[in-house]
Amino acid sequence: MIGYLVLTPFLAALLAPVLVLLLGHRASWILALVPGYLLYRFFEFVPAVAKGETVLQSHEWLGGFGINYSFMIDGLSLTFAFLILGIGFFIVIYAGGYLKGHPQLGRFLAVLLAFMGSMLGLVVSDNLITLFVFWELTSITSFLLIGFDNEREASRRAALQALIITGLGGLVMLAGFTLIGLVGGTFELSELLSKGEVIKEHGLYSLIFWLVMAGAFTKSAQVPFHSWLPNAMEAPTPVSAYLHSATMVKAGVFLLMRTYPMLGETELWETVLPLFGGATLLAGTILAVRDKDMKLMLAYTTVASLGLLVLMLGVGGERAIEGAVLYLIAHSFFKGALFMVVGTVDHEAGTRQIDKLSGLRSAMPITALAAALAALSMCGLPPFIGFLAKESIYYSLTHGGLHEWTIAIVAIVGNALMFGVAASIAIRPFMGKWIDPPKAVHEGPVMLFLGPLVLSITGLVTAIFALQFMQTNFFSPMVSAVAGKEVTLDLHLWHGINPALILSVITVGLGIGVFIFTAELKKIFDKILNFISWGPDKGFDQAICFLTWFAGLFTRILQTGEIRTYMRITFLITALTLLVPMYNLNIWPNVPSFPKLSLWEIGVFVILVIGILQVVFANTRLTAIISLGIQGFSVALIFMLFGAPDLSFTQFMVETLSVVIIALVLTRLQLMKQDRRSSLSLIFDGVVAISVGVGMGALLMNITQLPLDMRLSEFFSTYSAAIAHGRNIVNVILVDFRAIDTLGEITVVLITGVSALALIRVKAIPEKKTTKGSPALKETS
Amino acid sequence: MNTLILRTIVPLLTSLMVIYSIVVLLAGHNDPGGGFIGGLIAASAFALYGIACGVAPVRRALYFHPISIAAFGMFLSAMSGVISLYKDVPFLTGIWWFPEIAKGVEVPLSTPLMFDIGVWLVVVGSLVTIALALEEKE
Repeated sequence: MIGYLVLTPFLAALLAPVLVLLLGHRASWILALVPGYLLYRFFEFVPAVAKGETVLQSHEWLGGFGINYSFMIDGLSLTFAFLILGIGFFIVIYAGGYLKGHPQLGRFLAVLLAFMGSMLGLVVSDNLITLFVFWELTSITSFLLIGFDNEREASRRAALQALIITGLGGLVMLAGFTLIGLVGGTFELSELLSKGEVIKEHGLYSLIFWLVMAGAFTKSAQVPFHSWLPNAMEAPTPVSAYLHSATMVKAGVFLLMRTYPMLGETELWETVLPLFGGATLLAGTILAVRDKDMKLMLAYTTVASLGLLVLMLGVGGERAIEGAVLYLIAHSFFKGALFMVVGTVDHEAGTRQIDKLSGLRSAMPITALAAALAALSMCGLPPFIGFLAKESIYYSLTHGGLHEWTIAIVAIVGNALMFGVAASIAIRPFMGKWIDPPKAVHEGPVMLFLGPLVLSITGLVTAIFALQFMQTNFFSPMVSAVAGKEVTLDLHLWHGINPALILSVITVGLGIGVFIFTAELKKIFDKILNFISWGPDKGFDQAICFLTWFAGLFTRILQTGEIRTYMRITFLITALTLLVPMYNLNIWPNVPSFPKLSLWEIGVFVILVIGILQVVFANTRLTAIISLGIQGFSVALIFMLFGAPDLSFTQFMVETLSVVIIALVLTRLQLMKQDRRSSLSLIFDGVVAISVGVGMGALLMNITQLPLDMRLSEFFSTYSAAIAHGRNIVNVILVDFRAIDTLGEITVVLITGVSALALIRVKAIPEKKTTKGSPALKETS
Repeated sequence: MNTLILRTIVPLLTSLMVIYSIVVLLAGHNDPGGGFIGGLIAASAFALYGIACGVAPVRRALYFHPISIAAFGMFLSAMSGVISLYKDVPFLTGIWWFPEIAKGVEVPLSTPLMFDIGVWLVVVGSLVTIALALEEKE
């Protein structure tokens, strides 16, 4: 049943363009019912999961490989599903309002829903391979979303960058998954999670770890792969709000949480994750403070938040996981809301440059309220869920050794900078003196402010009124699922004065400082970054440039367009693959003893040798080809003498036809009549040819000296008449026992015929200068 | 190679070769031969005809475009597999009939035969396509 639920958004995606055609932008109200309905269906799992149960459902897919379309619902996947569907519900509505009247709205909503389905499938998958399929589907759908505005180059570049980075990371991750499957003996996560020790103690653990991290870090935009995420802001704002703050980038964090019982709490894990997470947290916040574009500021803080999440998972232990889980949920609420707020401002006021906006509160009161509520949660102030998250993080960091305290300092700096950014976004555009924005500004329609308002209020309500409910139904099961054991949380808004609270106060103090001195900080960061100047974003371009340059170089060397080069390369490699293994393993065949040949056998052999010599010393190509035919006829004779009439028959015909066809080619295509080459290339070609001959001969001799496995021959000779009613075994094999092979072969023959026809009939003509971009090929017959 | 002797003898030779190729095709299941070899023989026959008398007579003689012949052969071979599916056996399993056309005379018919005829057509069609295209002057 879960399988069908996961497929529902894809079905809705198919319907979306039609609905938009019929209803215009109002279609998004109806399409929003899909995540709404799914949300309702997923509520059925809440009681079971709250009790600590795990719901498993499986459909066989590729059973022989242990790949199933199987699903697991536990605290972790359920909470993620709720985030994806809940935020998705508002995003779909918001998208309708934001892209109202856009000609491609149908396509947009379709891809958005497909993305939702991929993401949902990703989080509820129980099978690693199924998970991977959904993982790459999110990469592809987000590629389509980021590149939605495909006429802009920046948009295309961002989309490609995201696809290349996350797609490659995903492929590397697949290698890791395969290894996990080999080590753990199954691809089912539900079974693997209980076998964590087996994987952690296996010799391949560190390799698996790095491979899986490649997937998680690229998807979650950890330094140095972070550059795709801010660039992805080229996408329309609903996309940014959904994929790049609330869901998609969290796929990496999800993976870390999912694999925590399998891969976590090792020395490697607790070193690498804090390192990458910390670097990402600091880089993200610094870049965020520096920027003026509100959407980019938010994007960079997303990078930072992901860093913080990875950092906390790296610290490990129940309390740190609790912090990470709470922060993840809080982040989804406030970041989703803030993105939509910025989108609304951009939509209504015509700009999202923070220094061009001021005093909007009177014109856009609801949006301003949503912004304020979300930003307060982002700042980590009570009584918002962001506060709970921050307290949990600090609590876990203050109850450890030096390692944790070092991390605590990183976290405080990061949080303070984030506080400054959040305050800037909530205060600077809305408060202060009125500046006329580029467009006449007024409050957005309900489609635009519904999402941010609900999400930001949720962040407040969760912490004050529904804390107990959320704790039992979502927070505790999720933490338990990540930690791999039963954990019960005990969250309160007021814990009394403890080290965590003191750190919070320090953070707030620093954050206010950051807010006030933003301009000064910006200058300092600018100086530092200009000093470094090179960054991963530039690096990406350089890497791609290098790749195309290298590909070009490689192609120019290999694909010269000269058939002689192709033949040389092919035969050289053939010779090497034949001779090198034999030389290395020293498996040369014994020279067989020659039996006494009868007269006609000697005769055939002599004709054969004469044919070959004639080929080598022929003056014109036509003579060479006909001599080659003589040699081929001799071989056919040998086949006949040794009792293979079918083969010999075929050989005769093939030789005849090749001579005819090659002769026709030569006369028709007016190739050179004679084969001239320099003595150097003559020697080279001779050596290559002889090496291939020797290698092939040695290979065949080696094979004939092996004991022959007669089982197949016996099978065919016993059954060809009995089963297939035929005495000619060769033909019976071709048309009956192995008919599907023959079917493939005649397909090849047919394709050869078609392509030869195309190649012969189409003639290249010199391109005319007057017709721009006209095809260089013209049909001549 | 447009000599009188060749032009006189080749049509005869071609017809003999085509008949022979069909014999080889049908005999193939029990004796040396089969669709592939038969197809090669027929293709050489047409190539020879083309060399001696030009492309146009060959095209007229074939009536259908050689590539269509090849494509129909492909279709026939694939369909012979589909028949097995209707009999609830795996794709391309041989199905045999022994209809009695006269008293005591049984003619063995089978999907492998149909398959082999398909192979014959594909080989003839494709090779003749190539040979004729090469031979054809602009």
